[in-house]
Amino acid sequence: MKITLNNRIELFEQNKITISELLKLKKFTFKMLVIKVNGELVKKNNYNTFEINDGDNITVLHLVSGG
Amino acid sequence: MTFEEIKSKLKLFTVGIAGAGGLGSNCAIALARVGIGKIIISDFDIVDETNLNRQYFFRNQLGIKKVIALKENILKIDPTIEILTNDLKLDQTNFPEIYKECDVIVEAFDLAEMKQMLIETCITNFPDKPIVLGLGMAGYGKNNLIKFRQSENLYICGDEQSEIGINNPPLAPRVGMVANMQANTVLEILLNK
Repeated sequence: MKITLNNRIELFEQNKITISELLKLKKFTFKMLVIKVNGELVKKNNYNTFEINDGDNITVLHLVSGG
Repeated sequence: MTFEEIKSKLKLFTVGIAGAGGLGSNCAIALARVGIGKIIISDFDIVDETNLNRQYFFRNQLGIKKVIALKENILKIDPTIEILTNDLKLDQTNFPEIYKECDVIVEAFDLAEMKQMLIETCITNFPDKPIVLGLGMAGYGKNNLIKFRQSENLYICGDEQSEIGINNPPLAPRVGMVANMQANTVLEILLNK
């Protein structure tokens, strides 16, 4: 499947993966994240069950302290 | 556009700033200089000596509320700007009411947890409102790492990786870069309206 991750096209062999699997595959290790799929917020307790499908647009933000 | 044209257009808009620390104070001053009509700013903190390495406050303002001190400093630049201050800690309950009238919201918190609260609250309550985030600006140097990207209504300024710590403090030059990038993004959004 083909998805857009942080404005970049990414290809995966799988037809669908969960958010948790995506984070593992792309090695996102920060604890504080905000994830949007097609504009909708996905809460942390749904990362294991929320499925990403072909054509989805995903934004992953690392929240780092400082300001 | 001439500066007069820019200024008269910006006069029509309200910008919300969440937090009056390094990002919020510097962003507010930049917006004030170019003539934003109204600024809504919230913070619960007082000006401390350790803030003076990056925040737009002065030694004679130590001990006073940040929102009061910032309002004072903005009015010294332009007394015609309308400023609404909220001396409180923002949370998901009070945030929507305070910021609902804003044309753009600037995220200017220090803690990652607060940044997360703001983004989640805004996506839920204001899915179409532009939100300008400051993410990653601790330390010094590394000019090239500071970048900008947009994801739908989220506009992200910063290097997205430099976390503050004892050995990586936030300092005026780099915090100012990101705060001014945020202000610059606000102008781009508003002047294209």
